[in-house]
Amino acid sequence: MDIDPRLFNAIVVVVGVPAALVGFILGVEFLLRLLPGPRQARLRPWLWLLPAFGFLVVFLIYPTIITIINSFQNDKGTEFVGLDNFAWFLGNEQQLSTLFNSLLWVILLPVLTVGIGLLIAVLVDRVRYESVAKSVIFLPLAISATAAGVIWFFMFLWQPASRPQVGTLNGILSVFGAGPAAFLQTDDFRFNTVMLIVVMAWMWTGFAMVIISAAYKGISRELLEAARVDGANEWQVFRGIIWPLLLPTIAVIATTMIITALKAFDLVYVMTGGKFDTSVIAFEMIQQFGFGNTGRSAAIAVILLLAIIPIMAVNIRRFQAQEAIQ
Amino acid sequence: MTARTDSGASTGTGSRELPRWLTRLPLHLTVLVLMAIWLIPTIGLFVNSFRDPNEVTVSGWWTAIFPPENFSLSNYEYVLGRNNIGEAFINSLFIAIPATVIPVFVAGFAGYAFAWMRFPGRNVIFLTVVGLLVVPLQTTFIPILRLYADLGWNGQFLAVWLAHTGYGLPFAIYLLRNFMSELPREVFESADIDGAGFATKFFRLAIPMTIPAIAALAIFQFLFTWNDLLVAFVYIGAVNPDNLPLTVVVANLVQSTGGGWQYLAAAAFLTMAVPLIVFLFLQRYFVRGLTGGAVKG
Repeated sequence: MDIDPRLFNAIVVVVGVPAALVGFILGVEFLLRLLPGPRQARLRPWLWLLPAFGFLVVFLIYPTIITIINSFQNDKGTEFVGLDNFAWFLGNEQQLSTLFNSLLWVILLPVLTVGIGLLIAVLVDRVRYESVAKSVIFLPLAISATAAGVIWFFMFLWQPASRPQVGTLNGILSVFGAGPAAFLQTDDFRFNTVMLIVVMAWMWTGFAMVIISAAYKGISRELLEAARVDGANEWQVFRGIIWPLLLPTIAVIATTMIITALKAFDLVYVMTGGKFDTSVIAFEMIQQFGFGNTGRSAAIAVILLLAIIPIMAVNIRRFQAQEAIQ
Repeated sequence: MTARTDSGASTGTGSRELPRWLTRLPLHLTVLVLMAIWLIPTIGLFVNSFRDPNEVTVSGWWTAIFPPENFSLSNYEYVLGRNNIGEAFINSLFIAIPATVIPVFVAGFAGYAFAWMRFPGRNVIFLTVVGLLVVPLQTTFIPILRLYADLGWNGQFLAVWLAHTGYGLPFAIYLLRNFMSELPREVFESADIDGAGFATKFFRLAIPMTIPAIAALAIFQFLFTWNDLLVAFVYIGAVNPDNLPLTVVVANLVQSTGGGWQYLAAAAFLTMAVPLIVFLFLQRYFVRGLTGGAVKG
């Protein structure tokens, strides 16, 4: 009987790789037992960490270093060209437009997801159908950017005015006698980029909401009641108690969203293919790579990394502070 | 935004002149409108996926509900019958399952070592791993592609399995180490008294107690790899289109507007089916993993 070779391989991997890894640990422990006690303890952690380090070095650390080197080289990697690749990126109108779009993503995505997520988290806490409402908002997070892209493709669909509008938003506009609007093709004031960010926010608001909601429920109800009894109105309760207590959580979500915005590729690829001035840096990097411009592509990747490092530094410092408390 | 919070919130204490349901009306309306905004796009896709493809191009999905059009499964039959989409669905499974299993094991060992073994530089190394969380995948593509080209692995599932493992590890190690470090010390100490080795303590004690975190991690990693477009696009891409997962195949269908976007809805719903099933049945673990990972860390 013929077995699909892919199925065969997948089974070998799903059973074989874990078996090999478990075998590795058992082998390590067996060999360690042959060593004197203090050396066992000194060697053991490194051997347990070895598989993970192997993957991290090969797939993250080594390629990042090579990419940084590539960014200073020509496309063949045969010659150092100084800052030429960076100069090209920053001296090119089309690339600056890409950079500007990424900036819009970095500002709007956190604002939309945190803002709407906070609103929903606070509101659903007061209704009985809270869990249903949260599931509805959260659902888009489980699906791929491809699926979200197709879903919104049908929302944004646009036909010339003479034809019936089959896209949902243009259908709504036509009820009011307005439109039709070319949502993804109109680049005036970066309208189409904003539309892409809206789709991304539709996907990620559930993430912000779930985490803010967990933090919100951790705030003592007595504290809020006490403030109300003392005559504070709801706005004062929110501004004076809820907001400051939620701020650390919101900071974490905002940094996550900034990084997500910088890395945005999928949605742009699916919905516009970078056309109509909607390209972003993460998309441009792949684009340049596809053109064979390895040096330029590496330079864009390095710019992306440089933009993310400060955010990473803040996160690590926060993490250290938290560890210190524990 | 905040003004609306206020108006919705002030109904909580309730003014005495108006009946309670009336004062709470703005709150319910706001929540219901938001729910509608979040649901309508997906409902539109869902309705379109059952409509006659010729109708989809000339009338909006909302016209199909009253009176109901002839809904049928023919789009799904068509899409699944088209070789590449049915195959792509299988490819997605073949990519996502090994790419979930491998990192869970690797991260389990590392998380345990970080949580329960003492060695010099432990904290600095762990922070470095946490720092790797944000390395954009983009910075890794070119060197790894060259490496794979030398090995002849481009276009193969193996290339994607290993890459997904590497990319998923920082988060996986972070999550498991945090969970494992909070396991009760006494359990391990009494095992030490009984003379249990590290392998026994890991497989018999640490792993069973870490199941909730492992479940959350497995769900994350599965959804991440199932939904992934970029990694498959780069490492499988044009080299071997037969191995492409559903996300890439459907994404390419959107771009080729000439070639039957009326079938897109059914194709997109196929890509959503697996994540939605996972989400609906395992939502609890999913949310716990998210809040555990983000609120704490």
